[in-house]
Amino acid sequence: MSLRDFEMRGDFIRRHIGPDDEQVGAMLDTLGLRALEDIVPRAVPDDIVSHTPLALTDTISEQAVLGYLRTMRARNRVYVSMIGMGYHGTLMPEVIKRNVLENPGWYTAYTPYQAEISQGRLEALLNFQQVIIDLTGLPVANASLLDEATAAAEAMAMTRRVSRAASMRYVVDGDCHPQTIAVLRTRARHFGFELEVGDPATLVAAGACFGVLLQYPGSSGAVRDPGAVIEAAHAHGGLATVAADPLALVMLRAPGDMGADIVVGSAQRFGVSMGYGGPHAAFFATRDEHVRAMPGRIIGVSVDRDGQPALRMALQTREQHIRREKATSNICTAQVLLAIIAGFYAVYHGPQGLATIANRVHRLARIFASALGSIGYEVLTPEFFDTFTLHVPHRARRLAARAREAGINLRVIDADHLGIAFDETINRAVLRTLWTVFTRDAEDELNIREIDAQLEQCLPAELLRSTPILTHPVFSRYHSETEMMRYMRRLARRDIALDRAMIPLGSCTMKLNAAAELQALSYREFADLHPFVPLDQAQGYQQMFAELESMLCDLTGFGAFSLQPNAGSQGEYAGLLVIRKYHEVRGEGARDVCLIPSSAHGTNPASAAMAGLKVVLVACDEDGNVDVADLAAKVTAHSERLAALMVTYPSTHGVFEAAIREVCALVHDHGGQVYMDGANLNALVGICRPAEIGADVMHVNLHKTFAIPHGGGGPGMGPIGVQAHLMPYLPDHPVVDGVNPAAGPHGTIGTVSAAPWGSASILSISWAYIAMMGAQGLRRATLVAILAANYIAHRLRDHYPVLYTGKNDMVAHECIIDLRDIKARTGVSVDDVAKRLADYGFHAPTMSFPVADTLMIEPTESENKREIDRFCAAMIAIRAEIAAIEAGTADRIANPLKNAPHTHRLLIAEQWDRPYSKAEAFFPMGLDEEDKYWPPVARIDNVYGDKHLHCSCLPVEAYADE
Amino acid sequence: MLRYTTDHEWLRTEDDGTLTVGITDYAQEQLGDIVYVELPEVGREIAAGELLVVIESVKAVGEIKMPCAATVRAVNETLADQPELVNSDAAGSGWLARIEPADASALEALMDDKAYQDYLGSL
Repeated sequence: MSLRDFEMRGDFIRRHIGPDDEQVGAMLDTLGLRALEDIVPRAVPDDIVSHTPLALTDTISEQAVLGYLRTMRARNRVYVSMIGMGYHGTLMPEVIKRNVLENPGWYTAYTPYQAEISQGRLEALLNFQQVIIDLTGLPVANASLLDEATAAAEAMAMTRRVSRAASMRYVVDGDCHPQTIAVLRTRARHFGFELEVGDPATLVAAGACFGVLLQYPGSSGAVRDPGAVIEAAHAHGGLATVAADPLALVMLRAPGDMGADIVVGSAQRFGVSMGYGGPHAAFFATRDEHVRAMPGRIIGVSVDRDGQPALRMALQTREQHIRREKATSNICTAQVLLAIIAGFYAVYHGPQGLATIANRVHRLARIFASALGSIGYEVLTPEFFDTFTLHVPHRARRLAARAREAGINLRVIDADHLGIAFDETINRAVLRTLWTVFTRDAEDELNIREIDAQLEQCLPAELLRSTPILTHPVFSRYHSETEMMRYMRRLARRDIALDRAMIPLGSCTMKLNAAAELQALSYREFADLHPFVPLDQAQGYQQMFAELESMLCDLTGFGAFSLQPNAGSQGEYAGLLVIRKYHEVRGEGARDVCLIPSSAHGTNPASAAMAGLKVVLVACDEDGNVDVADLAAKVTAHSERLAALMVTYPSTHGVFEAAIREVCALVHDHGGQVYMDGANLNALVGICRPAEIGADVMHVNLHKTFAIPHGGGGPGMGPIGVQAHLMPYLPDHPVVDGVNPAAGPHGTIGTVSAAPWGSASILSISWAYIAMMGAQGLRRATLVAILAANYIAHRLRDHYPVLYTGKNDMVAHECIIDLRDIKARTGVSVDDVAKRLADYGFHAPTMSFPVADTLMIEPTESENKREIDRFCAAMIAIRAEIAAIEAGTADRIANPLKNAPHTHRLLIAEQWDRPYSKAEAFFPMGLDEEDKYWPPVARIDNVYGDKHLHCSCLPVEAYADE
Repeated sequence: MLRYTTDHEWLRTEDDGTLTVGITDYAQEQLGDIVYVELPEVGREIAAGELLVVIESVKAVGEIKMPCAATVRAVNETLADQPELVNSDAAGSGWLARIEPADASALEALMDDKAYQDYLGSL
């Protein structure tokens, strides 16, 4: 053996891919295959297999990647950023960082659709909603949106749905953050709204409008009373939205108390690092009467079968997975992990702690503004919270440059104006440094103590908060670190995340999120960069973006990527806008029909509707494939107006459709563009390139295929790849130049996310994953993912019918098992099976998508064969339980399926009146008592919860038994 | 006499010439447990085929379209607190709205009881 053999160069590949050679061999044997490479000819249509090898380098070891990340990190320079504009320095409490951000129990969880096994993060999210309810003064809040700018855009869209005003005019405060205005402009264009930006009082007085957006405090820092404008908007039958800063709201009067109908904002400064743009949780609150028009996921309180309080997502009928193009929004993945962190930040500090922080920030800002005033500087915003604007004729750039020399970034508003924003991280020392920037005369002393003693309140009394916040006991109980640590641990152990068992969710790709991939998130040089710092401070990031883009281009075959879209849904929206723009530039702007197969994910039609496209459904044939004859008829019928086809590949049915090239060609022949949904890219990496198959645009869910953890429902990232002819139209940004270097004379689609490169910090995860896997590892991962799915299909086939297969009876990377017949004969539903799996310690597969009453299973490459076998054994054991009902030996109602999940309460109850044994109920399949997962609640009553909507923390009495 | 639409709505002509609209038992069964009914404003004129009522269950949404151009004369206010009436008594106390058709003959094109039963059989 040579030295090379001892160097373990491919070590990460075998750590990431669950089954070892022996297990791969066993699975291949089961399927009658000889070698892993035989998967390709067996399962993948010949005409889509790529013949150009990847240009990616070979695998790099964990240590080498960490070393490389450290060199990138060294090229990012952390200044004190006092830029503001919605991004502020903050201190993530170390106890939260260690126990949540760095704890796979939190970051590897999935969106809490299976509520019974998600009670921990649902409680954490309820805390977040309570914080937002208290701060905004509005009674309902959702469990996060993607960023402040898109939250404002969602508010505008919701306003149109709710408002009775006939006008299509929407007024936007000129003192909103520029990125918010840019995102609104993009959205308004395709909704047909007339956006007017300027002084809101004048604009609202000038004529009818359906709504108004105000920033509170303004981007300039000015705190203005929004009451009069809100009243004027109401007089038009319009609604008022206030984009607010949560720390300011700790001190300021709640917008809800001043008539605001919607309040949005970013919870970033509640302990979530700026991360060069994200991820952070945006919040959204409104009045009770508008709750059904609200976008995003709402956590609500219901009861379980035993009458115990239990949490789950409420009012899901508003959402895209049910209402498709009529949904309130296309949002799907949100920012759950970050909302949880912000909620814990409030739990950790409590009302007193938050007030102390807000007062400190406010005081430091006032001391500095006062000091500047005393040496002749003109402060243009006398009433402010933490940010003020200075009038410095012709000197703004020079002063900002001097500040940078001192390690501080200020906001250059224009040649004559500077903005200075204070935050939790600023202290006396920073003030002294900053002072040297503004004073030339060494005689001018900054006497902090003296100024502090003389300050008078600068905020008008009527704008100061008078109502208490965070009065719920959860915000007062856990202020010692010991208590805080135990609270977070107690919640985490209620949930099934990847740290406990496989999560076989089809189309979600719950693969390993390796520790080394997450390392950069904890580096200050990645975490503490403001998204609008000069590029020379972010060279490490810029290098990573360039490398990641070129990796993604290599893997997909596209010409360029935009890293701006913050989630798959955003990628869809951005991609469709790019297609619209392309048609417009060619003088074919009338093309507005978007074809979507009936099997598509609900986000597809919802995104198309947002892009102003008309959705026309294409049928699927009985094998689940796009019905090519129907497609041919539809492209012909809509030939003149065909804008795009949205298609998922492999299909949402988990099949490599053989006709995909023909499908793409049909669309192209009629002048349309092909939008490919990248949700299932994990079946293609290293084998096929979507751009070679015929896709013009595609979003890549980095949180599926490229190892960003799901975070319990976000963060996600949905960058889009495009063919060369679409590159000029990719998103740009109003604050940072050069975000789309290919932008040409026809302009771009505008801005789709608040930050120039979306949730920049988590891009490091995908970068590290691709670097460590290398070309060889990525291809192997794909092959093993397909192998594992086919192995499961094979093992379960005799017990449950496998609904759809492709070439040689093979599935792609996931398989659908059909329970429709079982339901008809026994009354056992997919819900029953899903909840019963919790008794066996598993998270359920995807339920009833894309076909009702089926389960879609995706094992990914990361699951070891032992775990896969354990899952198959559970499914087979459950099938036997169903068989007992069929045979009449088990009751149709009083059986372990209908009663699942079985809680510890039931075990210790005096009476056991079930016709099956406790062993069958709690320890089926001879489960190990030591490792048993105990569902914290029994089956949740969704009907009760939706009829009695309650989306704030439970009343105190509910905590009595703790 | 009751008339039916292919969207599983029933319509009953009242003495004053208005029509009471509801959904059929088949429709409520398809929707499952109903948790919310969004009713239109009284006095609103709605064109044929436009949205009259939205019915939400936990997992599905039913959109009840206007079978003919009409003005909304009354809505079933009790559904605000007891949406489950649509499940338990779809043909009676679970009625949705009372409408005044622009053209009384609009009903004639709709199915009678037998035709609706045949239609259900064909699904």
